[in-house]
Amino acid sequence: MSGEPRGVDELKFRDPRRARELTTALARLVESLHRAPVTLMHVCGTHEQAIARFGLRASLPPALRVIMGPGCPVCVTDLGEVDEGVALALQGVRIATYGDMVRLPGSSKSLADAQAEGARVDVVYSATQAVELARATDEPIVFFASGFETTAVVTAAIVLAKPPANLSVLSAHKYVPPAMEAVARLPEARVEGFLAAGHAAVITGYGLFEDFARRHRTPVVVAGFEPLDILAALVKLLEMIRDGEQSAANAYPRCVSREGNRRAQEALWRVFKAVDGPWRGIGVIPDGNLQLRDEWASVDARNRFRIDVTGLKQAAQSELSRRCLCGKIMVGLVEPTDCPLFGRQCLPESPVGACMVSSEGTCKIWHQYGGRPDLGTQ
Amino acid sequence: MFSLGLPRWWPTCYDPGMCLGIPGKVVSVQGMEATVDFFGVRRLVRLDVVDEPVAPGDYVLNHVGFAIRRIPDSEVAETLKLFEELAAAGDDEDLLAADLRSELAATQESKK
Repeated sequence: MSGEPRGVDELKFRDPRRARELTTALARLVESLHRAPVTLMHVCGTHEQAIARFGLRASLPPALRVIMGPGCPVCVTDLGEVDEGVALALQGVRIATYGDMVRLPGSSKSLADAQAEGARVDVVYSATQAVELARATDEPIVFFASGFETTAVVTAAIVLAKPPANLSVLSAHKYVPPAMEAVARLPEARVEGFLAAGHAAVITGYGLFEDFARRHRTPVVVAGFEPLDILAALVKLLEMIRDGEQSAANAYPRCVSREGNRRAQEALWRVFKAVDGPWRGIGVIPDGNLQLRDEWASVDARNRFRIDVTGLKQAAQSELSRRCLCGKIMVGLVEPTDCPLFGRQCLPESPVGACMVSSEGTCKIWHQYGGRPDLGTQ
Repeated sequence: MFSLGLPRWWPTCYDPGMCLGIPGKVVSVQGMEATVDFFGVRRLVRLDVVDEPVAPGDYVLNHVGFAIRRIPDSEVAETLKLFEELAAAGDDEDLLAADLRSELAATQESKK
């Protein structure tokens, strides 16, 4: 653990007066709603990192709950998708993937387990490194690609740039807006407002959330990652709830526009189509998965290889993983500290569930910054 | 496997942040690639999907090796604040700082 959350004192060197103004405004606004608790959800691992790192929950009014939703792309990568990567690796195909994917548990094995059995798995930081890897060899390389739309755009870019013939893509890319739909429809989650992820909105634009906000009568605010950005976005969200504004607002104008990055959107949708698909622990999300379009079949690993996952699926799930609460944590129904495994049998060095694997997983973030972040500083 | 030419403070951590983008200043543009200065480290960044044409002196937001936005001039100073602090943070266990470094590792080493 890297110690205690740094707390609002950390904000001193920035703008303590502004931080105090914002937290006072939050308290006043929550009180004016005459109900408690008010639950707001963000859907971004980087937001959770910033909230935990700066101990922001300690400066929120007690009646305000800020929870993390499905904001960790690695965490929602389905068991079946991991199985495909593991099956390919065990078949002898060389896999290139982002680091967090390596230890992500599948039905019975992770890529790290496959590696221990002799499979070749290369960690890359970028899709371009997978391309370089393919250029340097004649053997087939499968880029096992994960991430939300921000990262899917980059996979789309390498597909459009005519990659070497021995490179194919196994897409586990996910699209966030449909998952927000799913959470908004969960009555027990009782989310009254959403903070949308700043850097995903760089691509999609915040205009996308206007229709969502109207249909679910739930305002959406796009937020940046500075502590003050997050507090300011929470204030805006509460004001919109108070005023019954069912629309989308942009509290991160320096990076996000209404239309988003059209060129990136064009690349994304030229290469991918949104299809129904399972998200780990959550269930099938309509239009939640990004699949390569038929015209890119020659690059699609699912088309180029026969991937047999039956052996992996049949193996019994461990007793520990049956007790894992990741799915409920990812839709905001329970918190990591509600899980009996958190910090005991489930640790970053020996993760049971996906939320403890990724740097964007709620459990790993809470564990790294000292357990339950909102109790860290008083 | 890759010779990344990592500075001294580089972590051995493999956690590419999937949401985070980082800002850097464009030094030069060579076709679909730009040399970009990230807090003193020069790297190559792809320009395939950036929203607007970029020129030397512009700031761009980089995500896994690709520029995804040209940051408007008026917004540059605000945008850099958090990242400058994170770039200076030496703690490998700080997830935000580690993700930031992974973002830099996603860019290619610049020849010069």
